[in-house]
Amino acid sequence: MSGPAATAWHNDPARRRKVITPARLASISLLRQAPRLTIALLTVPVLAGLAGTVMPAFGVNTGDGRTAFQALADWPGLSRAVQLSVTTGAISTLLSVAITLLIVAALVGSRSFGVIQHLLSPLLAVPHAAAALGLAFLVAPSGWIARMLSPWATGWHSPPDLLILNDPGGWALILGLVAKEVPFLLLMTLAALPQTDVARRMLVTASLGYGRVWGFALTVLPALYPQLRLPIYAVLTYAMTCVDMAVILGPSLPPPLAVQITHWMMDPALTLRSTAAAGAVVQLLAVAIALMAWHGAERLGKAALISGAQQGWRLIRADAPLRGLAIGLGSVLAGLLFAGLAGLALWSLAGLWPFPDAFPQTIGLKTWMQSAPDLTSTAATTLGLATLSTGLSLILVLACLEAEHQFELHPGTRGMWLLYLPLLVPQITFLPGLQALALGLCPADYAGIAVATAHVVFVLPYVFLSLGPAYRAWDTRQATIGAALGASPARVFWRLRLPMLMPALLTAAAVGISVSVAQYLPTLLIGGGRLETLTTQAVALSSGGNRRVIGAYGLMQMLLPAAGFTLALGLPRLIYANRRGMRPGFVA
Amino acid sequence: MTQTGLDLRNLRVTHRGIQIAALNTTVAPGQVLVVMGPSGSGKSTLLTAIIGSPPPAFVVTGQIILNGRDVTDLPTAQRRIGILFQDDVLFAHLSVGQNLGFGLTATSDNRARRRAVIDQALADADLAGFANRDPATLSGGQRARVALLRTLLAQPQALLLDEPFSRLDLALRDQIRQFVLNRARAQGLPVILVTHDPNDAAAAGGRIVGPDGSGL
Repeated sequence: MSGPAATAWHNDPARRRKVITPARLASISLLRQAPRLTIALLTVPVLAGLAGTVMPAFGVNTGDGRTAFQALADWPGLSRAVQLSVTTGAISTLLSVAITLLIVAALVGSRSFGVIQHLLSPLLAVPHAAAALGLAFLVAPSGWIARMLSPWATGWHSPPDLLILNDPGGWALILGLVAKEVPFLLLMTLAALPQTDVARRMLVTASLGYGRVWGFALTVLPALYPQLRLPIYAVLTYAMTCVDMAVILGPSLPPPLAVQITHWMMDPALTLRSTAAAGAVVQLLAVAIALMAWHGAERLGKAALISGAQQGWRLIRADAPLRGLAIGLGSVLAGLLFAGLAGLALWSLAGLWPFPDAFPQTIGLKTWMQSAPDLTSTAATTLGLATLSTGLSLILVLACLEAEHQFELHPGTRGMWLLYLPLLVPQITFLPGLQALALGLCPADYAGIAVATAHVVFVLPYVFLSLGPAYRAWDTRQATIGAALGASPARVFWRLRLPMLMPALLTAAAVGISVSVAQYLPTLLIGGGRLETLTTQAVALSSGGNRRVIGAYGLMQMLLPAAGFTLALGLPRLIYANRRGMRPGFVA
Repeated sequence: MTQTGLDLRNLRVTHRGIQIAALNTTVAPGQVLVVMGPSGSGKSTLLTAIIGSPPPAFVVTGQIILNGRDVTDLPTAQRRIGILFQDDVLFAHLSVGQNLGFGLTATSDNRARRRAVIDQALADADLAGFANRDPATLSGGQRARVALLRTLLAQPQALLLDEPFSRLDLALRDQIRQFVLNRARAQGLPVILVTHDPNDAAAAGGRIVGPDGSGL
């Protein structure tokens, strides 16, 4: 219901009493509050957690008389850890953004781009930890690549003593981050592209004699970039502060700052908590400075583009090599992820597999049989948390979107920033504070509820980003027709909008499940180590040497989201098998 | 209930103080009021105001009396005014019969009786046996007829037509136009037809006004 007549109706209690039952009135009020409630759910934990993390850094001595910051400064690895956080984060984000834009500029509208779009969902479904483990199995000195090339090309009969994995420069971590973030940025670009009039802009630049990529940079990028800004900031924050991928792929002596803060947080010696808090403050500052520097670089880039546009260059000869580069880079990244997952699968089935054999001598289900009891209970916990957090997120997102439709409560730019807040503030800077709160407020038996609620903070933004466009694109004349046929807003919602949006709803649920399954720090810290999920287990196992069990956990971690996406794709086709109008792109 | 028709008393739609549409007239039962004007002249906005779902930022003043009942402040669902758009807007996830069932009032709660009403409505429109069909497999003319049947099964007391024939091909247009207008007249519904096609206006045979209420 919208518009002045409806407003008069909502605002006049005398009239309202005539036409609305108390129950309906209650549900309207609740619906109206949904956006506020959702924003509170996203912002309060972040802000309260930040306060809870930062306060010990300023208020508490470490026990031996030193302040938290002194203790932090005394740690010899500090400057290197900060430097690693900045370099791995900035380089991987820069590469991810450049590769994403190159792929789009060089390939949009081509057949290769169609292939990329098809590969996107499975690539996105791979949790960060599983991707990192797969990559580790691939590039390690005893990994698949070395095995494939040995001994015939390398001469190696035993794994070489090379620090390819966990290299001090963090390059393995950068590779992993790029492989995982390019699919995410591509997805965000695909969502934003239709609003940039890309086809006509590129036609105009082509007709003026511009090369494809240069023409894209000059005319499409200025319209596209503002819509990618928040996702890019989220990627930069994540890349600078991720823990699970950094534990598996990153350097360890010292590790990037976020990993070290996690070690301190999980240390039985409680005195290290304030050092961790001081570390979190430094981490927060580093991210804030990096974001500001990125923002400054955006201005420089814009000025460079404007100046480039004045030069009259056409750069048409650059197209062919750039196209090759785009296809090459896209194939290598997708190939790395898929080959890594294949490696996980193979290791989980491998019997004897000595170096330098490219394939195991025997395969069997021994590892799976042995791990089955633990794997089943861990998978059940993971699925339970994912279902709870995704369910709650879906309810809130649907309520927000329906409130937006019924009461014209559109989120502005500020709303979008608040939605992204949990993704822009590093997890490691507010989860420790939240942990203290959760452990204090929540009895141990309810650790699952606390962790699921913490997952909502990260799941909800993605569910909103996934469902929002489809929900808003729904033809609201159907609601008008429904109402004109006598249906209440609730009946229109339940009988028309929800069933028609079922495909989008299931996709959003699959996205939510994959985000929840991938959560490492929230599960570890809020659960206080009491809850084991596939992700926490996979990361914990990664430091040990049992590749077979790691393979099984890594693969399981990927299978849950993959099953979700398969169901999201398959169920609507099954349920609406006889409804051609429900197929994507159908025109009556 | 007295059948006095649709009484629009000083109905005025404005956007940021500028008048978009205005009508001060009564449409008697069985009569068709034609509102003509070029695209963007406010014809469709006028209909959304009458039905109670004007776009945001539009201000509606005046009164809407339907058969003696003041519906001005009622939500769309309680006004009992049917509407047909340019597109048939059939619900893609429901069968033809389920689409009609959505329009059917809850008074006939017996399942078999509801089914009988739907089957009878389809048969009357030469669509017998179509209840289980997917709306997407219907021709344009069949879809238009289903859309009207769905609207009429909700037992509206007035009918608004927002250029519902403009997307049909010429051969079909006349046939569907007669089908819709005859049904509306037979049920004694006051009808407001918005169009820019002079043939629609001629077939309706009623008064013709502009969106500002001026006679044409």
